Amino acid sequence: MQSIIVENIVKTYRTKKTLIEALKGVSFTVNKEEIFGLIGPDGAGKTSLFRILTTLLIADSGHASVDGFEVVANYTAIRNRVGYMPGRFSLYQDLSIRENLEFFATIFNTSIEENYDLIKDIYIQIEPFKDRKAGQLSGGMKQKLALCCALIHKPTVLFLDEPTTGVDAVSRKEFWEMLHQLKVQGITILVSTPYMDEASLCDRVALIQKGEILSINTPKGIIAEFKKPLWSVKANEMYRLLNSLKADPFIESCYPFGQFHHVVFKSQENTREKLTQIAQEGNYTNFEIQAIEPNIEDCFMALMKD
Amino acid sequence: MKNEKVITAKNLVKRFGEFTAVDNISFDVYKGEIFGFLGANGAGKTTAMRMLCGLSIPTAGIATVAGYDVYLQNELIKKNIGYMSQKFSLYEDLTIRENIRFYAGIYGLRKERIKEKTELLLKQLHLEGEEKTLVRALPLGWKQKLAFSIAIVHDPAIVFLDEPTGGVDPITRREFWALIYEASERGITIFVTTHYMDEAEYCNRVSIMVDGRIDALDTPGNLMKNYNASSMDGVFLQLARKAIRKE
Repeated sequence: MQSIIVENIVKTYRTKKTLIEALKGVSFTVNKEEIFGLIGPDGAGKTSLFRILTTLLIADSGHASVDGFEVVANYTAIRNRVGYMPGRFSLYQDLSIRENLEFFATIFNTSIEENYDLIKDIYIQIEPFKDRKAGQLSGGMKQKLALCCALIHKPTVLFLDEPTTGVDAVSRKEFWEMLHQLKVQGITILVSTPYMDEASLCDRVALIQKGEILSINTPKGIIAEFKKPLWSVKANEMYRLLNSLKADPFIESCYPFGQFHHVVFKSQENTREKLTQIAQEGNYTNFEIQAIEPNIEDCFMALMKD
Repeated sequence: MKNEKVITAKNLVKRFGEFTAVDNISFDVYKGEIFGFLGANGAGKTTAMRMLCGLSIPTAGIATVAGYDVYLQNELIKKNIGYMSQKFSLYEDLTIRENIRFYAGIYGLRKERIKEKTELLLKQLHLEGEEKTLVRALPLGWKQKLAFSIAIVHDPAIVFLDEPTGGVDPITRREFWALIYEASERGITIFVTTHYMDEAEYCNRVSIMVDGRIDALDTPGNLMKNYNASSMDGVFLQLARKAIRKE
């Protein structure tokens, strides 16, 4: 059963001089009770897509529906049943935690008590500060409050636009654990993030760049699409090594990855020997080679180059 | 080269009233090193960094930066370091050339040197012909690269990068790190704070702050080995979860 259907959505913005193609014909579907990730950098079109699906923006062309309701014709039905957490913190800074929550509950004709079960696990973490103004909360607490407010009317679909941007690793981890709890309770989640490592926490992902989808698959499926062998190399002279690998005519790509460089060859013959030869000719010390599985970033970069 | 200390901190403390934001930290950073400075929100990173930048006087302890004492020579420190953050860097309503001239001027470069540096920088970043473009019109990745290049326009001993690379695509992010490697090769010390642990793996050494203390300091490889983790994320979560202090 499909909860979100996006078909050939196009959105452009015009300024005085320039035409920005934010979405160039994007299509995908999200199944019910799925966590679907939109993974891509700033400017990929993620926010435009969220605003179209939450009926705040009208596409130039294409069709989209949420929970069976068409985004333009049935926008009020959609607004009643979805939860939306925009990228920018958009609660009332001068209201307290409790007041914000009551405000959103009232707008949706419900009460905190009615759907308390859904937010309980998240709310109890911020409850000790319930009289504090939202503007005075830390990043992690703001994020939890925003999630509570987006959930208070028991939405069927939750839209989360970059909920973990700028949040520290501990809060990020807790946040993803909360999302998995919500999924179990029957909520469909569309979540965007610029952080590739979060892809593995989704059921399926769409990699998106400059208004176009590069690939849609499960995180494992995306990795399986990467067909070429990938080498991870390391030496004491990392910068010099990077430059000589990049200059090598047999090498297709070489990117630094933390303590290692990831290398892909153009042709797949004798690649280990070629790497060993490069190491010897350059007199690198403590040279190490390892064949590795690609991660989502490797896949994203390979797709960007295609 | 690696033995020359560029930052030394010994038993450094900063208290705000009853609250100890930085609790007796000691560490050295060497010339040309890429040093990662990690910690959860509220761990004391910003306070520690402010002391090292000469913006905040410590309550106790010793620290020198680029050879200058943080208590007595903080103005000299400011002249000999660079600083870049995601939140504050360039003036959006000035052109690329104007931004370079502005910062180079602030750091006291002479007119001829500013001209030289501007040409060099534009060439390095492949921005020739774009000097009259407003910074506002640049894609985020270009802004970050330009901001970094401007932060080291005066060839400082150290550059402090406060969460430098959020939100860009992975190829652009690597181009940014290539600039960092290049600066480090030239002997500029890089001091980076970041929330993103994959970024920490690019550093030569990493320190992790918990509740105002430095609870771990080593190469990423050794940290992963010692904490039996497959990534820096794993190391960080083990340490940060011990924190008592809340944000």
